[in-house]
Amino acid sequence: MRVEYRMPALGADMESGTVVQWHVQPGSRVKRGDVVGVVETDKGAIDVEIFEDGVVAELLVQPGTKVPVGTPLAMIEVEGSSRAPSLPVEGGAAGSAPSPAPAGEGRGEGSAPSPAPAGEGWGEGSAPSPASAREREPAGRVRAPDSSARVRVSPAARIRAKALGVDVGSLRGTGPDGAITREDVERAAKGAPSPQPSPARAGEGAEPSPQPSPAKAGEGERKTMRDAIAASMSRSKREIPHYYLSLAADVTPAVDWLAKHNAAVPVTERLIFAALLVKAVALACQHEKGFSGFFRDGRYEEARAVHVGVAVAIRGGGLIAPAILDTATKPLPQLMQEFRDIVARARAGRLRASELAAPTIILTSLGDTPVESVFPIIQPPQVAIVGAGAVMPRPWVVDGQLSVRQLCTLSLGADHRVTDGRLGAQFLVRIARLVSAPESPEWRVD
Amino acid sequence: MTDGTAATRITYREAMKQAIREALQSDPRTFLMGEDVGKYGGCFAVSKGLLAEFGEERIRDTPLSESGFVGAGIGAAMGGMRPIVEIMTVNFSLLAADQIVNNAATLCHMSGGQFSVPVVIRMATGAGRQLAAQHSHSLEAWYAQVPGLRVVVPATIDDARGMLKPALECPDPVLIFEPASLYNMEGELTEAARHAEISGARVQRAGRDVTLITYGASLWRCVTAAEELAAAGIDAEVIDLRSLRPLDDAAILGSVRRTRRVLIVDEGWRSGGIAAEVAMRIVEQGFYDLDAPIARVCTEEVPLPYPKHLEDAALPNPARIVAAVKRMFGNAG
Amino acid sequence: MTNLPAGLTRERGLQLLREMLRIRQFEGRCAELYGAGSIRGFMHLYDGEEAIAVGVMQVLEPQDSIVSTYRDHGHAIARGIGMGPLMAELFGKRTGCSGGRGGSMHVFDKRTRFYGGNAIVGGGLPLAVGLALAGKMQRQPGIAACFFGEGAAAEGEFHESLNLAALWRLPVLFLCENNLYAMGTALARSEAETDIHAKAASYGLRSEAVDGMDVFAVENAVRAAAAHARSGAGPAFIEFRTYRFRPHSMFDAQLYRDKAEVEEWQKRGPIIMLTTLLKAAALMTEEDFQRLQREADGEVSEAVAFAERSEWEPVEDLARHVYAEVAAS
Repeated sequence: MRVEYRMPALGADMESGTVVQWHVQPGSRVKRGDVVGVVETDKGAIDVEIFEDGVVAELLVQPGTKVPVGTPLAMIEVEGSSRAPSLPVEGGAAGSAPSPAPAGEGRGEGSAPSPAPAGEGWGEGSAPSPASAREREPAGRVRAPDSSARVRVSPAARIRAKALGVDVGSLRGTGPDGAITREDVERAAKGAPSPQPSPARAGEGAEPSPQPSPAKAGEGERKTMRDAIAASMSRSKREIPHYYLSLAADVTPAVDWLAKHNAAVPVTERLIFAALLVKAVALACQHEKGFSGFFRDGRYEEARAVHVGVAVAIRGGGLIAPAILDTATKPLPQLMQEFRDIVARARAGRLRASELAAPTIILTSLGDTPVESVFPIIQPPQVAIVGAGAVMPRPWVVDGQLSVRQLCTLSLGADHRVTDGRLGAQFLVRIARLVSAPESPEWRVD
Repeated sequence: MTDGTAATRITYREAMKQAIREALQSDPRTFLMGEDVGKYGGCFAVSKGLLAEFGEERIRDTPLSESGFVGAGIGAAMGGMRPIVEIMTVNFSLLAADQIVNNAATLCHMSGGQFSVPVVIRMATGAGRQLAAQHSHSLEAWYAQVPGLRVVVPATIDDARGMLKPALECPDPVLIFEPASLYNMEGELTEAARHAEISGARVQRAGRDVTLITYGASLWRCVTAAEELAAAGIDAEVIDLRSLRPLDDAAILGSVRRTRRVLIVDEGWRSGGIAAEVAMRIVEQGFYDLDAPIARVCTEEVPLPYPKHLEDAALPNPARIVAAVKRMFGNAG
Repeated sequence: MTNLPAGLTRERGLQLLREMLRIRQFEGRCAELYGAGSIRGFMHLYDGEEAIAVGVMQVLEPQDSIVSTYRDHGHAIARGIGMGPLMAELFGKRTGCSGGRGGSMHVFDKRTRFYGGNAIVGGGLPLAVGLALAGKMQRQPGIAACFFGEGAAAEGEFHESLNLAALWRLPVLFLCENNLYAMGTALARSEAETDIHAKAASYGLRSEAVDGMDVFAVENAVRAAAAHARSGAGPAFIEFRTYRFRPHSMFDAQLYRDKAEVEEWQKRGPIIMLTTLLKAAALMTEEDFQRLQREADGEVSEAVAFAERSEWEPVEDLARHVYAEVAAS
């Protein structure tokens, strides 16, 4: 029967060899131990021997050919039962190995049983002086205090949280063992998580990459957003003692003003009522303290600048509230522009993290629905939220006479730890007054 | 314990001698072997008088053949004895490194567990006496890196007295590094020496604000630094590692979780040393507990120079330790 | 080898030949298996030196300790380590004599006091000194036999060990297998004084040189040396003049020696020499030779089969045996 004679592995690092000479040819009789050829390797020419008794039937590889170890070089016709070299055993250990158990140190007889735990003498007794070399009880296996109460936040996340005004204590982390990562902070800063986490790999202060489109967001992402909104709203209702005020504002002058303004400008520059609301809220915040800021670590801090967040509904369900930065400073046309742009980008999922992280107060308007008034829930760590219902014609008393006016019910949800009804009323009244009189001097406050 | 009452004041040297004496008295398989351990009484006088007490069979002066006699110690241990091999200093251990790393550390493993090597190798280590570059090494980290070896550094009187016994009882090779600058140190010998183990770190000084992790002669530098820091309002915890292989992760991490700030003081050179290993373990297991980056004070990256002021500047010292700690607090103190 | 010892029996002659053939057949099969990839790493074969291992092991007793080199297969087989566990060790299987952990260069066996092949040239000499020291201090009758090549004479540990053994009068047999090449370096190119046994004599120990191809010369020399060591007179040194027929290790193009030289030595190899003499003395026939060879071959085949069907150590056990798992006795 025929057996293969293969290129032998002659060394630990030999991968291939070149046959330079055959000492045999078809028909040659060979016996075990005969040198049948010469193979050139990195180390030089090596005689190769055969381990069979038989007759060479065929030479498969001609001199001058470089072949890998294990390549059949010749066919040998063996007599009787062949003792063909055993096939290399496939590395059994290499293939299917489960991961090894971690090596413990100090195994075996030599490892120490735990000595007494460290004395909890923090500051008790005098510090040992080197001369006396007084020593404490052997510590060895000091029991670590339970660290589960402590929040696990990476340093990078901590820094980011501070910059964005995020309370890390409220977050649930996605890092190792539930640690809070920088991305967790970025997500939380938006108020609700984006459909997909923003990579935000740029350094501090740089604009992170835009988010992927929510249109691409699948079921999974929507669910995540829903979950996050649920968590946030639940927390808000749990922790923030809300009080509510509402005020029906006669916005007829504003409606008229808008109509007049819009008639005189191209379509692209037309203003909508919501823009007036946004600016009114911002201006009011500048006058009334306690509504644009953050309640964190048990205390309130007024935001340095007012950034009104505008609640935008996402197609398919979900809500985000990007901010128009420095709202109070922007002239209406610019504000409108940004407003339009923000809404478009919000629906396309292309908001910047800074826009999502920034709101110091939110305005939620259901003005495009027949809902009269909104009872909104504050987005922590903010302390107030303004709602606006639809602008509707209603019967109203003006100067003792019944008349039809355009009314908009404004509502305020506010944190009773920071303000009370009286302050809230002042705030709401100011918004109503501003929105009713877009040409008043107050609008030119900057 | 054969030394009498529990509260005695002795030197580190005397403590080690008592330990050797006790070992030779209690186990006929034990013997001491090394250069000048017999007639000379030991380079650091640790074995002075023992030749007269135990004779030439048990206290063996060897030729200057580190590789030869360390290998012989390994062979004798395999053959049923319990040799204490003394290499004069870690500086000369390099001549025996082949026997230690290629034989002592590997024989158990290479033989599939058939043979173990219950040898104890003692050596003096450290700098501070102006002995210049070839006599001032602290190479504990090199040996602590090798699986199969155990490495301990007794820094206290109790440990000098107490660690030899469990080392001899251990079936694996144990390297005992004795800081040469501590041989003259005097201190109290307590009952704790009876229970010393060759693994496990110890809290030398409990504290709240920062953890100083160290071993060997630097233990006392840290203790001095801790007192100075206390005066500045910083309460430092000092941990004596005692065993460099294995390291006591639980003690290290336990302290870090409490204080949240760590400074490691290591007489070896900084690059790739014990401090680097300890720091990495803290990063792996205690990252979220840290309130400041881990810091270390090590020997400066120079061969140790001869003049005192330069040698002092190169080695860890309390001033450097205090400064490093204060930096961790933003100099606020 | 010129003559057979007087009074040599057929039985004794065949026994010695059988022992040498067992080694020769085993090594030949190892070459084949290495080429096929079943044995990996470094492997150093003993062909040509069989008379030394066999001759020495005729003299050593069970209580004696043995320290070997990386060319340890011959010593192991002659000492009585079974071919099965040895082959399994070469395969790396858990049934190997070192649990599969050592491989070709690190054959260990507690039962036969085989304290290992050693991959460091000269690394085993201090160990043997220590084993002899332990034996002497414990008043045990055993001696320590230490194999090494002539290349070890260049290492510091050689000199330190000989000096220490002589100084303390330790029962060590220093057995130098001088096969004229330390890997690829001929003796004359590395030693100013090429007479190894003369070097050894300068340390004040009993020293001689012997024809390593003559199994009887080997046995006689070792018997006398062992008696010297056992008597408490101190160590003994024997230089065996021998030759290895195969390359240093498997991956060796033998650029450093002539094929003609190899062939010359092969003509006076230990097996050929003994066979010739036994046949000339009508103590054996060609059929005897073939039979012994077949039997040896069969034994090797069984060992290979054993190794092949043996299991690998599970990866989960990787960290075992770094430290002792039982208390030292």
